[in-house]
Formats: sequence, structure tokens, C-alpha cells
Amino acid sequence: MNKYRAAFATAFPLTLPICAAFLFLGMSYGVLTVSKGFSVWYPFFMSLLIFAGSMEFVTVGLLLSAFDPVGAFCMALMINSRHLFYGISMLERFKGMGWKKPYLIFGMCDESFSINCSAAIPPGIDKGWFMLFVTALNQLYWVTGATLGGLLGSSVSFNTKGLDFVLAALFITIFISQWQNSDNHQPALAGLCISAACLAFFGPQQFLLPSMLLIAALFIYFYYRGGIKP
Amino acid sequence: MTLTQQIITIAAAVLGTMATRFLPFLLFPAHKKTPPLVLFLGKLLPPAVMGMLVIYSLKDVQLLGGTHGLPEALAIALLLALQLTLRNALITIGVSTVFYMLLVQKIFI
Repeated sequence: MNKYRAAFATAFPLTLPICAAFLFLGMSYGVLTVSKGFSVWYPFFMSLLIFAGSMEFVTVGLLLSAFDPVGAFCMALMINSRHLFYGISMLERFKGMGWKKPYLIFGMCDESFSINCSAAIPPGIDKGWFMLFVTALNQLYWVTGATLGGLLGSSVSFNTKGLDFVLAALFITIFISQWQNSDNHQPALAGLCISAACLAFFGPQQFLLPSMLLIAALFIYFYYRGGIKP
Repeated sequence: MTLTQQIITIAAAVLGTMATRFLPFLLFPAHKKTPPLVLFLGKLLPPAVMGMLVIYSLKDVQLLGGTHGLPEALAIALLLALQLTLRNALITIGVSTVFYMLLVQKIFI
């Protein structure tokens, strides 16, 4: 087996839960967008180029309101600010990735980040190709779903209620395996508890930013206090 | 909005999103020495971010009204049992999601 096929064979099974989620959630995005009077090109290009689920839904609303590109830019910064943490986490892992690096960064959605940062890539598997396949497959699922939804429009209806739990299940499963593979559980607990407390205090729309600030502040404190081995 | 205004709006959304993804790599390029504090954060953040994503993916669960988070709690309990015994992520994610869909579609309506 050559290195491309080996990397693909390792990456593909890990993306299957995301395939299910992205095809159907992407479809609902496509259906929603064309139901607002846009052609199928809109969900296609927005899913391909923005490639950040919640911001794509928000952009449909922005397209229907008054022209405000600066507002759109700031909204995207706020909604996606969690990506800053992904970048800091992947600084080392993406080193030496050459031409693949810009695409790996471009396509770093929650799900691709989760897999690329947590997967125990077996020795002998090319890390760069593995991460490239994970990222590209996930984007393929999402764009395919959004475009299909845009083409089929409201003529499709299936009961997918509860399917979005697949993403929660994915994140919880990765959380558990990271927990089992590490001796120091403080960072994991800090992330979980601080976010939960902020959710209770600030509500579902506002809690991410304060969570991130508190987590960063705590870890910076850990750094200067010393004694924590990551 | 005209087509041009729509394209500019979408471009602004793309630019804002990409700024959040590329900024750390632009601030700390590979050919320069990354500050030790940032390296330290890069090692501590992944487990914390997964914890944050767990909460993020459950943020719309209604604990005080509706089904009081019962279907979510049951599905997560099944997920934990499966993952701690079988340790097969695909089975864990697949079975617990189908179980959750059955719960919210057939039982907790």
C-alpha cells in the first residue's frame, strides 16, 4: 500500500460520524438558504469558502438585511473566535507541512481540529496526508450536503430530529479518550467546568468568549506559577 | 442588496472566519522561535478545548424546561458505558446517536 492509500485508510473511518452529521446538517443549511429565495450557488459557495457552520447560517441572515460588510467581518470574528485556540494548539503539529499547511488551516473546523489534534496516528502513516484527508473529506461532506440541500430544496423531508447529537457524541468520545491517555486531568477539567459555569451564567449565545478568556487566564497563571507539566 | 454587495458580504464573512484560523500562524511563524508561554498554551489547550466543545455541543439542552435534559443524559450514559467497555469510537458514536434519535422522536415527543 502506498503512503497516500495508507493515510486515507487511516483517516476515512474516523470521519464517518462527521460524514453522517455533515451530509444531513449541510442539507438542512442548503434547504434553508434556497427557501429564503437564493439559488443553489449560494449554499455551494458559502459552504465551500466560509466553511464554518454557524457563521454560514448567520450569513444567510446578513444577506437579507442592510449592506454592512464591516458588521459581517466582526460577526465572523466573534462567532469563530474559538479557532484562535485551535491555531495555538496546532502550531507545532502543522510545522513542516509545506503546501498542505495553508489548506489545513483554511479547513480547520471544529470537527477536523478535534480529529487532527487528538488522533493517535500510527507510526508509518504520513501525518501530513492523514490530516489533509481528514480535512478534505470533512469539507467534501459539508459542501456536498449543502449543495444537495440547495438542489433538492424543500422537496426533501426526512425526520433527522436528534441527528445533531452525533457531534456531541463525537466530542465527548474524543474527550474521554484524551482523558484516558493523559495523567494530568486539570486542563480537561478546567475546560469542562469553566465552560459549563459560563454557560449557566452568560447563556448559550454569549458564553464562549468569557469561557475562552477564563481558560486562557487560568493557564497563563499555571505557566507563571510553574509546577504543571503538560 | 445587489449581487456585488452580496459578494462583498460573503467575502467579509470569509475574511473574518479565516482571520480567526490563520492569526496564530501569522503571529508565530514556523521559522521564528515560538514564545515558551504560547508553546505551553498549545499543549494545555487541546484537552480544555475538547471540554469546551462538549459543553458547546450541548449548549441548547433545556435543563429547566422541556425534557429537562433527560434524553441527553440517557444517551450520554449509554455513550460512556459503550466507550469504557468496547473502546470503539465508531460503535460508541453510532449507537448512542441512534438511541438519542429514537428517544427524541418516539419517546420524549
